Order: sequence, then structure tokens, then C-alpha cells
Amino acid sequence: MDQASTQKVVPHHEPPHSFIRKYIFSLDHKVIGKQYLGLGLVAAFVGMALSWAMRIHLGWPDASIPLLSKLSSNGAPGGVITPEYYLSLMTMHGTIMAFFVLTAAPLSGFGNYFLPIQVGAEDMAFPRMNMSSFWITFLGFILAAATFVIPDGPPISGWTAYPPLSAVGPDAGPGQGWGQNLWGLSIACFTIASLLGALNFLATTLDMRTKGMTLSRLPLSVWGWFITAALGLLAFAVLLPCALLLMLDRLAGTSFYIPGGLVLSDKLQPHTGGSPLLFQHLFWFFGHPEVYLIILPAFGIIGHVLPTFIRKPLIGGWRVLTACMVLIAFLSLVVWGHHMFVSGMSPYSAMLFSVPTMFITIPSIIAMLIWIFSLYGADIRFSTPSLFSLGFLSLFVSGGIGGFFLAQPSIDSYLHATYFVVGHFHFTMGMSAVFAIFAGFYYWFPKMTGRLMNETLGKVHFWFSFIGMYGIFMPMHFLGFAGHVRRYSALVDDYLIPLIPTQRFISIVALIVGAAQLVFFFNFIWSYYKGKKAADNPWEATTLEWDTASPPPFDNFGGRHLTVYHGPMEYNVEGSKGDYVMQTSPEPIGEKT
Amino acid sequence: MSSVTYPQSTARADAVSARVAASRSLTLKASHTAIWLAVCAIAMSFAALTSALIVRQGTGMDWKPFVLPPILYLNTFLLLTSSATLELARKQIAGAAANSQSETRLLSHGGKWLYATLGLALLFVLGQTLAWHNLAAQGLFLATNPSCSFFYVFTALHGLHVLGGVLGLLYANRRLTLGFPFATASPLSVAAVYWHFMGILWVYLFLILRIRM
Repeated sequence: MDQASTQKVVPHHEPPHSFIRKYIFSLDHKVIGKQYLGLGLVAAFVGMALSWAMRIHLGWPDASIPLLSKLSSNGAPGGVITPEYYLSLMTMHGTIMAFFVLTAAPLSGFGNYFLPIQVGAEDMAFPRMNMSSFWITFLGFILAAATFVIPDGPPISGWTAYPPLSAVGPDAGPGQGWGQNLWGLSIACFTIASLLGALNFLATTLDMRTKGMTLSRLPLSVWGWFITAALGLLAFAVLLPCALLLMLDRLAGTSFYIPGGLVLSDKLQPHTGGSPLLFQHLFWFFGHPEVYLIILPAFGIIGHVLPTFIRKPLIGGWRVLTACMVLIAFLSLVVWGHHMFVSGMSPYSAMLFSVPTMFITIPSIIAMLIWIFSLYGADIRFSTPSLFSLGFLSLFVSGGIGGFFLAQPSIDSYLHATYFVVGHFHFTMGMSAVFAIFAGFYYWFPKMTGRLMNETLGKVHFWFSFIGMYGIFMPMHFLGFAGHVRRYSALVDDYLIPLIPTQRFISIVALIVGAAQLVFFFNFIWSYYKGKKAADNPWEATTLEWDTASPPPFDNFGGRHLTVYHGPMEYNVEGSKGDYVMQTSPEPIGEKT
Repeated sequence: MSSVTYPQSTARADAVSARVAASRSLTLKASHTAIWLAVCAIAMSFAALTSALIVRQGTGMDWKPFVLPPILYLNTFLLLTSSATLELARKQIAGAAANSQSETRLLSHGGKWLYATLGLALLFVLGQTLAWHNLAAQGLFLATNPSCSFFYVFTALHGLHVLGGVLGLLYANRRLTLGFPFATASPLSVAAVYWHFMGILWVYLFLILRIRM
């Protein structure tokens, strides 16, 4: 497996000529990567807009948002969000963000663009399958967006879609008819596309590496994508039957998940014998690895970007960080029950899940410490990509600490389904992973477009986002301690009324941080057309993508087939001529790989 | 069997065909990797369904077993035979290649054994739908009882994957005409991995259903 495959100079597929082949149904992994990133940005904007509506409602439940009354006269009569519509907004916010932003952008977006280049290949192993993966994902997003325009609106069951609520059909509430069906189809599309994409990533990394690119010389971003793809293959394969059984319960009258004796909307449901817990087990068997599918590419991207800006290799080299990622991936498959501590399971089962949940913090902490301690003695270059990488470290530690609390069944009995959990996962996914995506954007924008993004605007974006996001999600931990239940649309109970000022504070900060993202959008679009032209290697980095033009030519290397001589982190090496040695430089340096 | 060869007249054409062959060799190697990974993913899906069956049977208390339609035994035989015929097809191709003069041998199709495989596969799917008719005649439909539900889900999903495998065999057959270097393997061997897995998977599903009834 460690033998590099010899790449002959033959186009993997012919260069495109028509407009449709070049920009729409493209086989080129770079175009597909950009399409995924574009989809991720649009989905992020939609998801953010949903969160703004939720935040306004939480702070000021009687506030009128006129746009919403146009979108749904049932859900927001006069622009005032009903409790059910709040749940719809919350469901689609979670679904769109978790799948179409956080899973699509760092993995399918950057991974598709850069994995083939970083291993020295001309394209992914299966370009046509790659193209269909994107368009199936796109279809999934259209189906999710379609839930907003159907009369009954989006489903209200959360991104977790627990039965019986999600399984009984329209009797359960608005959006539970065609809304939930479209949601299920959307998830099915995303899952199939992800499975096909994972096959592509794994086959390309294993079989399409260029001469000299042994596994020990792979950039850490490639390791991140590779491990994520392997985990995704196993996790998404379980989501598909889980969702299938749910759709059968909804449409075919089966009772996999629906128990007997349920009376909803004064109607006795014609089902019997099913187990809602069965759904929870199947869903979370996928759902927990899913959150690691979100964070592992981020680990890879940070492990790739940080050495460039600290001008030294990471402590432990590629081995320790990769071992941490592998261990995290493996352990993530055995901890799913920690989402179900209050579902009535035996305390012994709870312990069986709690112990590996605690264990999984160990490789995560080792990874954090590697990054933090590598900063010691480093010549840190504070450009926007490195700021976002450093911000990632802070955010992941802060959010991860919340995980220690939630891993204990005794504490989780209190904190489950409170804002503590919301704060925890937004820190780790909504902030850390997003910061890694931003780090990737600012780092790779010069390579993808040939221009640099504006540094000043980047720093404004960073500081507003970093401080603002702490302001949004840190107070949520305290709301959780105070017992504030999640998914409530308004604070009407006695014990919640004192928390209203905190919710309002969070809402105001959220809207400011939302506006700060517009700085990023503006910077992105302006720099695309008017940004300062970038050299081929503006960050003085070592990996293969920096050894080709910006943007790379059709076959990535302009007819050259590269030979790799070194690992990806040869910065400040003893005895080397400059302060970095590119992977493709034949300059010999004393190294142990 | 007719065969087509690249023009041998110029050295450049030779060089091109060698490079094309090398590129195809790489894709073939990647296809081998990918098909094994796909087998893992499909196995994982059916593992999830198996655990769903076990849990549902255990917690529901409404599981009514039924007699599996006897035609399933015939279908099993048909599917396993199709694996044998596929291996015969592969042997035939390897034999023809060993006898060929040029390094890259092009064949027009996989031969009669491949068509036998496809025929047996379609008979299998037909047999599965007959099993469904048998159950329907007894009043056992998808939602009648969880035992029937799982029967229909297992057989339908497996049958769909078999049909996908039929398409894969047809695709591999077409690629045979483009030529492949025998140093690695043929497109048919990639398809064979999937096909044999379909046979093994069916035996497993049949056993699970049998035991659980």
C-alpha cells in the first residue's frame, strides 16, 4: 500500500469545450469542489437567516417579521412566528447547517478541490461519479428548500426527526405531511451522494497518488479527508435504512417505530408494536459519527494550515495527529448512546457509553495540545488564515469542555435537552468547524482564484466573529445550568422569565455576528474580481497545490507529473537553504519520515 | 468472438495505446478498491437492518412468524449458480487473453457464460417477485405484521442491489471491448466481487429470515 502509483501523462478525462461541460455538468474535481463550496455558502446564508428569525422570536416573541408572513401565512400570521413554525425553522436550520454546510463544505468542497492536487493526481478516481454526487446533493438541497414553499411548511420534528412525531403523518402537526416526506427524500439524496463521494475520496487517496507520495508524506488535510470518508462510509450506510424504515412507517402503514395506542389530534393511530427507541439507536449510530464527520476535516485543515503560519512542523509530525484522528473516528462509533442517557436505558448501558465518551476526549485533547504546544518558539505569521486557525483552537477547547459534563449520565439527566447542549454543539460544530472552513477559504482562495482576499476585511471578519460567537454561545451554557429547555419558542414559565434578558443579549450579538459574515461575503466577491493578484505560493507553503499555477490548469499540473521527495511540514529545517522545503523539491535534507 | 485492435502502424499510436492502457489500469485498480469499500458500506446497511429486526421482534410482542415461500430455495440456487457462471465467464476471458498476441487484448463481449449469469440473475429477481405473490395470496402484505415487513424490506432491497449488479455487469461487459491490461485484472473481476457478495448476502438474509421465523 505504501508504494506510490506511477502516474502516466494521459488525460484522465478530456478537457471540456462546451459551456455546460465547463461550468455546469463538469467532470473536473476543481469545478465540482467550487460547486460544493458555492452550495455551502448559499446553504449557510439560508441557515443563518433561519437562525436570525429564531433569535428575534426568542428575544421578542411578539415581534413581527413581515418577510415571514409572505413565506408562510399559516406559520407567521402578520409576521409573528407561531410556536409550531418556530419548530419548523429550528428543524430546517439544523438540517441545512449540519448537512449542507458543515458536512458539504469542508469535506466535499475543499476535499474535492484539493485532495487530488495534494496527492498529485489529475482528478478524482471516478469523475463522473463525483459529478453525480454533487448534483444529487444539490437536488437534496432543493428538496429541503422546497419544504418552505409547500402549504403546510417544513417539518417540526427537529433535525433528529424522532418518531412517533415524525412517523405518524399529518396528524402530528403542521409540516408533518409532505414537509417530512420532502425532508426524508432530501436526507436520502444527501446520504447517497455522500456514500458515493466517500468511495471517490478513499479510492483516490489509496490508488492515485503520484510518484514518491507515500502515505507518510500525505498532507494532514488529506489524512483528515481520508479518515472522514472511511467513517462516513460506515455511518451514512446506517442512516439510509433508518430513514427508509421511517418513510415506510409514514407511507406504507408499517410499524417499525410507532407503538400502539397513540391518539393524536383526537385520532387513534393505526399502528402497533413499534419502538421509537429503535429509531433513536439507528439514528444516533449515524448521528454521533456525523458530528465527527464535521470536525475531522476541520482537524485536517487546521493541521495543514497551522504549520504554514508557524513555520515549523507540528509536534509529533504527521503520525501523532493522524493517530488521534483515527482513534477519534473509531471511538465515535461506540458512543452513540450518550445522546440517549435519559431515554430510560439501564444505568449499566449508560456506563458502557459514558466510558468511551470520556475516552474520546483523550485523542481530542492530545490534538489540541499538539497544536497549542507547537506554537511555543514559533515564528507566528498573523494573517487571516492563521487567526482563524488559532481561533479554532480556542473555540474547540471551550466547547469541548462542555462535553465532559454531558458525558456523565448523572449530570446529563439534568442538562439533556437544555441550552447547555445547544451551547456545546454550536461551539464545537457551529463555531470551530466554521472557523476551520473560513481558515480554508482565506488560505486557499489565492490558489483557487489567483487573487488574494483583503487582509483588513479578513481581520474585521475574524474579530467580530470570534468575540461575537463567544458572546452568543457561552451564555447558553449558563442558560442550560438554569434549566432552560431547548426548542422552546418562548420563555413563559416562571423559572424562565428571569432568563429573558440573557436571550435578548444573545439575539442582539447574533444579529451583529450575522452582519459580520456579510463582510466575508463582500470580501469574497470583491476579491474574486478585484483582489490583488497572488503569486503561485503566497504563503510560502510546501504542499503540492502550491507547486502549480493559481488557479491550477485543467489537469492540475500542466502536463508535468510530479515526484515527491519530502513530507508536508518541512519548515525551518536544519540544513535547508530557505525557511521551507517544498514537497516536490529534490533538495536533500536529513529527515526521518 | 470478434476483436478490435488499435492501429499498429505508427510508433506514436503504440505509445498512445500504452499510456491509455496505463491510465485505464489505474482506474481499474481504483475500481477494485472502491468496489470492496462499497461492499463494506452495503454490509453495514444490512447489519443495521438486522439489528432493527432483532430489536423489533424482541420489543414488539406482536411478531407473527410465517412459512417462507418454498420458491426461495430455488431462487437461492439460481443466484449461487449465477456466481459460478460468472467465474466461468472470467476464466474464459483469461484463457482468451493468455492466447492473445498483443499485450492488450480487446474482446467484444464476455461470452455465453456472462449472458447465462445475467439470465440467472433476472430469473432470481422474477422468483423473488413470485415469492411476494405467494405471500400476498396468503394475505401477508408489507404492513400486515412486522415479520412480513422485514421480509419485504430485505428481499426488495437485496433485489434492487441485484438489479444494480446486473447493470454493473453490463457496464463491465462494455468496458471489456475497450481493452485492459492483464497485469491487474479485468473490469469483470471488479463486477464479480460485487456479484459474489450479492450471493453471500442473500444466503445470510435467507438464514436470518429462516431462523427468526
